[in-house]
Amino acid sequence: MTTLAPSRFQHRSLVEYAAILAVLALVATSLAATAPALDKLGSGVVRLFAPSGMLTQMFPPDFTRIVPIGWKLLETLQMAVAGCFLGLILALPFAILATDRLSPHPLVRHAARALIALFRTVPDLVWAIVFIIIVGLGPAAGVMAIMVDKIGFAGRFFAEAMEETDPGPQDALRAIGASRLGIIGSAVIPACLPSFTATSLFALEKSVRGSAALGLVGAGGIGVDLKVAFDLFNYDEALAIILMMLALVIAVEQGSGWIRRKLI
Amino acid sequence: MNAPLLPRAPAGSALAEPVLAVAGLTKDFPGRKVLRGLDFALAPGQATALIGANGSGKSTLLRCLVRLIEPTSGQIRMLGRDVPALAPRALRQFRAEVGIVWQRHNLVPRLSALSNVIHGVQARMSGPRTWAQSLAPAAVRDEAMTCLDRVGLADRALVRVDSLSGGQQQRVAIARMLMQRPAFILADEPDASLDPQTGEEVMSLLLSLVREKGLSLLVISHRLEHTLRYSDRILGLADGRIALDLPTGRADAAGLRHFFDHAEAA
Repeated sequence: MTTLAPSRFQHRSLVEYAAILAVLALVATSLAATAPALDKLGSGVVRLFAPSGMLTQMFPPDFTRIVPIGWKLLETLQMAVAGCFLGLILALPFAILATDRLSPHPLVRHAARALIALFRTVPDLVWAIVFIIIVGLGPAAGVMAIMVDKIGFAGRFFAEAMEETDPGPQDALRAIGASRLGIIGSAVIPACLPSFTATSLFALEKSVRGSAALGLVGAGGIGVDLKVAFDLFNYDEALAIILMMLALVIAVEQGSGWIRRKLI
Repeated sequence: MNAPLLPRAPAGSALAEPVLAVAGLTKDFPGRKVLRGLDFALAPGQATALIGANGSGKSTLLRCLVRLIEPTSGQIRMLGRDVPALAPRALRQFRAEVGIVWQRHNLVPRLSALSNVIHGVQARMSGPRTWAQSLAPAAVRDEAMTCLDRVGLADRALVRVDSLSGGQQQRVAIARMLMQRPAFILADEPDASLDPQTGEEVMSLLLSLVREKGLSLLVISHRLEHTLRYSDRILGLADGRIALDLPTGRADAAGLRHFFDHAEAA
């Protein structure tokens, strides 16, 4: 006798149907409240391509200021690297304190997790404004903003990686009488190294993309030049800056992808 | 075959002070009493096999002895220390003298055999220089190489342990345990998940350490032939109590099988 195949769909409870309806209703009301009207969208796109429109004026891109823009781009990259480096270094202790098995006390763990969530939730532009108040206009504020943002970003992923490691080697070292620091240095970090490397490279990519925008509020880097170009309606120069930023971001992504493939 | 490979110390010697004395040891988990008042003592320099059916509390007993699991009540005197009374720092120092070989070797997979063996020195040293072979002092590296040599793996020192065979990984774990310079070895099914030949080699290695260095060994094994060949004394655990205690020379496979059948039926 052939056994009948099971039903394609599982029977769902009324609560599950209600939950699905609620999600669909949330999506529908969100679209209705915020999505642009199609006619407005259409006329806006036409305006963009009109002879006096922004996109039309962007072409051809103006590379006459390529040297000063290049230096600013280098400053942007340096901000990203410095902020990312400091953020990753500081993310590690935060992540250790936020990990169930490694944190010295539940209160410390909750405090570390709350701080990581705070660093991650507040946008980097807000951090940039805070640090402009503290250290003044310029790349130093940008570096600090990237650093705090990266503590939030990497802190979370580092902590998750440490939570997911096999507890066996850690227990074995604990049984030997190893200290907490010894267990972290000998078993946890080596086990997490591939994940840490991947997170660090993603953090660098994110930093390069983010550091370009930080200049918009005066925190150094290429963003200042981009803002000025738009403010003065120099759309062709703005496009040149955008293309150079794009080249930098692609170069960093390709480079980090290559390192990731080599190391992991 | 009951005859040991090497000369053995007299089983249950009354002259030597026990290296381990357990009295009234209990361990309760929620809704379950695993150990129900154990009493036994082990003489130094002996290999003792601990047998029992699955779930009889063997691994729990081993973990209670070094307080990886806290016992519910009872006394444990091991290597001259009152184990339940040890403060955290003293407990760490005590654990450093007890080498544990696990069923799963619990090595750090991405590191080399040499780095893993060097971790054993954390029993008496701390700091980053004990984390990896590249950072370790020359004396520590030399000692770790001696330990690897003792288990026959000196030529694989820089090979990542996750590329070694199961038997080789277990031998690296034993080398790490030797690096501790332990006075007592606890082994929780070190021959499990190994092929018969490799399992024999691992058990033989443990017994030779007992004979050469005068260490004490308490080993759990489900393989009766290993129990009979590589121990001086056999303790049987059933229903959370010591239900069997006899010198290995007086034990035979049929008797041990009868014990297991009886224990499982109970």
